[in-house]
Amino acid sequence: MPPVSRGFRGRRQSADTASRLPPGQYETRDFPVLSAGPTPRISLATWDFTLLGANGKTARWTWDEFTALPRQTITKDIHCVTKWSKLDTVWEGISVDTILSEAAAKGVVPSPFVLARCDGGYTTNVPLADVTGGKAWVAFMYNGAPLPAEHGGPARLLVPHLYFWKSAKWVRELRLMESDAPGFWESLGYHMYGDPWREQRYSGDE
Amino acid sequence: MSSDGTTSRIAWRLATVIDVLLETPRTRTLVLDVPGWPGHRAGQHVDVRLTAEDGYQAERSYSIASPPEDTRLSLTVEELKDGEVSPYLSEVLHAGDTLELRGPIGGYFVWDIPAGGPLLLIGGGSGIVPLMAMLRHRSASLATGVARHRLPARLLYSSRSWDEVIYRDELARLVENDPSLEVTHTLTREQPKGWSGFRRRIDRAMLEQVAWPPSEQPRVFVCGPTPLVESVASTLVELGHQPALVKTERFGPTGGAV
Repeated sequence: MPPVSRGFRGRRQSADTASRLPPGQYETRDFPVLSAGPTPRISLATWDFTLLGANGKTARWTWDEFTALPRQTITKDIHCVTKWSKLDTVWEGISVDTILSEAAAKGVVPSPFVLARCDGGYTTNVPLADVTGGKAWVAFMYNGAPLPAEHGGPARLLVPHLYFWKSAKWVRELRLMESDAPGFWESLGYHMYGDPWREQRYSGDE
Repeated sequence: MSSDGTTSRIAWRLATVIDVLLETPRTRTLVLDVPGWPGHRAGQHVDVRLTAEDGYQAERSYSIASPPEDTRLSLTVEELKDGEVSPYLSEVLHAGDTLELRGPIGGYFVWDIPAGGPLLLIGGGSGIVPLMAMLRHRSASLATGVARHRLPARLLYSSRSWDEVIYRDELARLVENDPSLEVTHTLTREQPKGWSGFRRRIDRAMLEQVAWPPSEQPRVFVCGPTPLVESVASTLVELGHQPALVKTERFGPTGGAV
């Protein structure tokens, strides 16, 4: 038990909210913006999305093709490593399962690791098992409206069970890889996996 | 995390509050003694953890205000109305108390001497804190003989009023002793009598006037409330600055304004 902070009482959540907050997180009703640089702006006319296989095969969609894929509406809690959590956020997007099965027709085969690459140069890594089986999406709608650029629009990866830096804003490519490789924050001291329930914020956290 | 790439866990440490300094009506600086502190880079932050008697805990992140050269670690905390942690740090904590923290954290929004200049810092409100660590680090390095002409620095700092300018006197002293440092204030809500400086939010015309042109390739750090950072960073890119040289840190609710 860590030492008691003299005179600190804190703000208690309802039992329901508390049970949905991972250790060290607090609930916000706002939607904070965290980005390491300027917000990239890209026209939908030039936007495309690529799935790149470790075997060199690729599948690519234009904006119209991509958003015509079968879409899902997802309601999830999200957890940012900077300590805020937001409950019941509502998104629309394409399941990564759908993207993979569409790409299979073009010869793209699965590999155990994924690197997401984004406009502006941001990258992040996730195991394939964490973006398949109904666990991840490429989302382009938030709360029923197009995803604003500062929140990652036109489209961002959505991997809500990991810290939110894994839900890469402005995503343009998922690169399948045979071995794991750190992305942007993972190279700057943040955890390779990032499970909020195990409080894996920084490299070295167990 | 550490700069040498080791992956030992960033340990929680028990700091002792040495002093609490009143910076402005809404901000205080906690001066801390942190046994075993591994050192940090200007721009990094720490996680602070509070524990109530029944074991309930709250964590928040705060930017480090002190430069790596200081033996003590300083955090400058803005008291947020309705905040859970900042009112405690501002009003309850006093010299002799202990405070749990771990760090340093963050390896991108950092500047040290080898990164070079010119150094362009743009801040709003308590967004000045990591920028001040950079200015203090630069100042400490210049004092030891680093060539000054290679590291010119400019700070453009937006505050609501003169009374809310954090580190006001220290900034004035730094400028007085250093011809290669320029500090420009803009006061967005209330100005003292006879104020001849800017009196509006940072905009394109102000950036064109104050910032180095993109051809000088300034290292740019922007920190403040989200709307300020979004607007400043986008405008800098429109003006021709390379996005990779514009590093940002946003805080606060999406609607916050300075």
